[in-house]
Amino acid sequence: MTEAATDRPFVHFDGVQKSYDGETLVVKNLNLEIAPGEFVTMLGPSGSGKTTCLMMLAGFEAATSGEIYLKGQPINNVPPHKRNIGMVFQNYALFPHMTVAENLAFPLQVRKMRRADVKAKVARALGMVQMDDFGNRKPAQLSGGQQQRVALARALVFEPELVLMDEPLGALDKQLREHMQYEIKHIHEQLGVTVVYVTHDQSEALTMSDRIAVFDDGVIQQLAPPADLYERPDNAFVAQFIGENNRLPGIVSAIENGVALVTLDQGPDVQALAVNCGAVGSRTMLSIRPERVQVNNVAGPNRLDGHVLELIYLGDHIRCRMQVCGRDDFIVKVPNSPEHAMLREGETCTVGWNTDDCRALDLAPGAM
Amino acid sequence: MTLKTLIGAASALAMTTGLAHADAHGDNAAAMKALKDAQAAISKALAALGGGDAMSAGAAYDFPSLEGDQVTVVSWGGAYTKSQVEAYHKPFIAGTGAKIVSEDYNGGLAEIKAQVEAGNVTWDIVDVELSDAVRACDEGLAEEIDKSILPAGADGTDAMDDFIAGTLDVECAVPTIVWSTIFAYDSEKMADGPKTIADFFDTKAFPGKRGLRKSPKANLEMALMADGVAADEVYDVLSSDEGVDRAFAKLDSIKDDVVWWEAGAQPPQLLADGEVAMTTAYNGRIFNAVAAEDKPFNIIWDGQVWDLDLWIIPKGAKNKDAAMEFLKFSTSTQALADQASWISYGPTRKSSAPLVASYNSKPDLPMGPQMPTAPENFKNALQNDFEFWADNQDELNERFNAWLAN
Amino acid sequence: MTEASYQATSFPASPTDAQGALLAADGTPLKLKLRQSMRASRMRAFGLVLPLLIFVLASFVIPILVLLWQGVYNGTYENDMPRSAPIMRAWDGASPPSEAMAEAMVLDMVDARKAKTIGKVATRVNRELSGTRSLFTKSARRAAKMEAPYLAALEKADKDWADLETWRAIKIAATSLTPAFYAAAVDAKYTADGAFEMQSEERRIHVNLFIKTMLVSGAVMLACLLLGYPVAYLLAHLPMKTSNLLMILVLLPFWTSLLVRTTAWIAMLQSQGVLNDIFVWIGITSDDSRFSLIYNMTGTLIAMTHILLPFMILPIYSVMRAIPPSHVRAAKSLGATNWTAFWRVYFPATIPGIGAGGLLVFILSIGYYITPALVGGQDGQLISNFIAYHMQRSLNWSLAAALGGILLVIVLILYWLYDRIVGIDNMKLG
Repeated sequence: MTEAATDRPFVHFDGVQKSYDGETLVVKNLNLEIAPGEFVTMLGPSGSGKTTCLMMLAGFEAATSGEIYLKGQPINNVPPHKRNIGMVFQNYALFPHMTVAENLAFPLQVRKMRRADVKAKVARALGMVQMDDFGNRKPAQLSGGQQQRVALARALVFEPELVLMDEPLGALDKQLREHMQYEIKHIHEQLGVTVVYVTHDQSEALTMSDRIAVFDDGVIQQLAPPADLYERPDNAFVAQFIGENNRLPGIVSAIENGVALVTLDQGPDVQALAVNCGAVGSRTMLSIRPERVQVNNVAGPNRLDGHVLELIYLGDHIRCRMQVCGRDDFIVKVPNSPEHAMLREGETCTVGWNTDDCRALDLAPGAM
Repeated sequence: MTLKTLIGAASALAMTTGLAHADAHGDNAAAMKALKDAQAAISKALAALGGGDAMSAGAAYDFPSLEGDQVTVVSWGGAYTKSQVEAYHKPFIAGTGAKIVSEDYNGGLAEIKAQVEAGNVTWDIVDVELSDAVRACDEGLAEEIDKSILPAGADGTDAMDDFIAGTLDVECAVPTIVWSTIFAYDSEKMADGPKTIADFFDTKAFPGKRGLRKSPKANLEMALMADGVAADEVYDVLSSDEGVDRAFAKLDSIKDDVVWWEAGAQPPQLLADGEVAMTTAYNGRIFNAVAAEDKPFNIIWDGQVWDLDLWIIPKGAKNKDAAMEFLKFSTSTQALADQASWISYGPTRKSSAPLVASYNSKPDLPMGPQMPTAPENFKNALQNDFEFWADNQDELNERFNAWLAN
Repeated sequence: MTEASYQATSFPASPTDAQGALLAADGTPLKLKLRQSMRASRMRAFGLVLPLLIFVLASFVIPILVLLWQGVYNGTYENDMPRSAPIMRAWDGASPPSEAMAEAMVLDMVDARKAKTIGKVATRVNRELSGTRSLFTKSARRAAKMEAPYLAALEKADKDWADLETWRAIKIAATSLTPAFYAAAVDAKYTADGAFEMQSEERRIHVNLFIKTMLVSGAVMLACLLLGYPVAYLLAHLPMKTSNLLMILVLLPFWTSLLVRTTAWIAMLQSQGVLNDIFVWIGITSDDSRFSLIYNMTGTLIAMTHILLPFMILPIYSVMRAIPPSHVRAAKSLGATNWTAFWRVYFPATIPGIGAGGLLVFILSIGYYITPALVGGQDGQLISNFIAYHMQRSLNWSLAAALGGILLVIVLILYWLYDRIVGIDNMKLG
């Protein structure tokens, strides 16, 4: 430990593994460093191991091997109530027999804080989530969004440096969820706490996070800021999991300066960035975002014929499903503006892309 | 000679029971004297039971055909019901072809009352104590029985004369047995056992738990006898509040050592389990444990309280006619005599006495000395006074229960 | 927030009548229209519950009402002694008995003897004054031969007829609608001049028994709670498969016949029984000072706790199953120790189960009588045993009804108290 304290990661997973039955690993060799004040989201489908990681950090599950450090101190043997970590649960976990104020006072009371201080802090926390007038209500008398705010306030009222959130917005309707996302983000910025957030909703992750760890099969597939994750997915799973994605299978025929020449299975040779495609001769999956596909006025080497199958009017853009290279699930988003081509169903057109927008990735299982 | 003594006993007892049970009021001393004479006479008569000069049984009862009929017979269960099954049910079924359903109960009129009041009488003939028989009759719960239909005795005596006198006075009941509440101990566990009723209440000389029936009946009488009251003065003493206090005070002296029983089958079991050192019991139950199961129990007859059991037919019984046939048969000379060879309860027909010889499976076990009325056993005996209990049972039960609970 | 704004919007175009009530499209008031349209479905619903309603009424409500009625009404005397009853009721209870009273008495006795109801009448009067039973049955036998003046004839037949107490007892019995049985149920006595006085000390029993019954029920409830709560906790936190298996063990007493269970208790608990043998073997007690575990209060407590335990475990278990594990986790993450998390978060959440289980066990124990009768011995008897006794043995159904009525009132009061303290909607039976 020669590094200065400030350089040390705030949270550090070091080779952590977890198995419930001694036969399969739900978390495989997890290494993750989280900086102080960072908002990190663990994103992944259910069963990917993200919640288990959170529970290990909170202390409700023990790591089977490896060590978790908090501010440089190993915490594997620290019981949950001594970790001083705030936590927001999926269904809020508000204590139904206590009022909102009592719920908020609970963490302060168990810390033996003076009564006057407790009152002041509870009031301040309620103010922070705009619930000042609800202190005497029981949780059952609140709406889902209000309960959410109370749960958030309760996790923050004792001023923890680290707050964990386990799908906290899962039970809210779409509008409220989006509203709460901003609220949480603002509170995070305001308080400067470190947040580890678990969700399976990519838009939630993209909206709020400094960095996102995409989980699959007990392994972090990619750890990157939201823009990188979307623009530059490392592998087919990430590309597919984050945002919409067109896939075209082919064989790498040459690699030059990081650009791969790929022979499509049912089509011509095209160029793509060689991200994760293996050596010449191996099979690869090309990944192109629908909004990066050019229609008709294509410049550059990548040109294919497209047959328009379906048009869906979505206001700001038109979503167009085409048949390209024998696959009829090729999606193109055409901005709804005069300078873009108007397509008609049954029409044949030319599609293409800039080489930088197309990434040659691995063949993810099930990607065909 | 047997016949002669029996008739003597009969006339003496006729006087006594007549005075004691029926319209008697007034001269107690005379009644008691008569009772004493009767006891002596009965003793002589029953002592002769073992003698074996039994006369041949005449055709006292002819079975009618009751094919397809059914009778529900209700009795007290255990060895007593078994004796009835052997002596009454089996021959009756064989003779008439009727079906018999045997049910057990723990005494009392509650079920009969409930059935009669609900108008759904499923019991056809019930074995009850004398006090219940009188009460059932008074309250209209039992059918009246015309005593003239009873068959004559095996020796040709008319039924009215054959039954121990006075016992046919209850209008709706026919008596079957004389039984007794006695106390008993396990001679293997107590070598130098108790001798008198006073010893039962002496937990210093004879330490150990006592079994008592959970009812004031017989207990209060025994307590007074143990406290030195002569048998013929017991009900006089009990008629006053001081006497009741005295009886309860005596019971109080062993209260902490009492295990209470309710069903007649319990006392032999309590003795066998070693739960009690001595217990009151119905004499037949203890006899049965000794005779059939070779238990080393001893009966102490001193201070016994004896009573009658009778058949009644509940008012509105569904199979009244068949039940009446069963009643006629089961109170015939031979049936009563047969029953007495299964359990040591005395038959109520004088003509049965000579026919009772020995215990059914043990020819060397004469039944005579086992009967409550045997002279050796009858020295200090008391007949249960049904009228006293009919008058006072509510109050005494209440006081007994209060005493138990506090 | 948003809900309120939705409610505020209404349709301004809706027509209203003079009082401002909403009208439907055809002009009838909306409420009436709603009732009409609901009638069909209400009739159907009523039709569906009708068989059960009839069944419950016929088999439960009416018998209970009839029984309660018997607690205040006993028409035996009035029915069977029709001439005497009104005259006796009119008598002041203090002046000497009149010739009219005696005449009605004698004539009624003659009829009652013929009708075979004199025993019933005698039993009824005997409940008020011991010894009058034989007075009635004997006098009735001679009544047919009695001639005027009847008062003298009665007194000649038995001197007890000269005793004012006898006539007073008859006056009480002649009143069909009477508080006498309720008075007796609380150890009091209703006298001929309409006053109440306490029974003599050695005959008081019911009040003590009511108190004892409450105490025993409370003790059984507490024992069930102490034993059942950890078991319920274990069951609720084991995997379903294991807990279902263990649940069978909990339910086993339910499935065992009463006789088998009782025999097992006796074999276990009697002084020569398994438990005492073990105690002697371990050296907790010596061979001649074995514990009395049965045929006394201990036996009643052990047996009742055993049989009622499932009624405590099941509601608590089902409540515990429904408590999200996140609540305790939340408490711990907020800094609570295991004990604090349990006591301040988990335990309060189980109170509905404890309330339901406790109420169930308590009310069941109040009414238990077979078990105490079998293993309770003398001091293990509860009030229900006396109700059974008066129903089955002494045949004093009116007193049994009065005792039952008081018990019912006590249970209802407890229920009301429970509702006030815990809240009945807080009760979860599973």
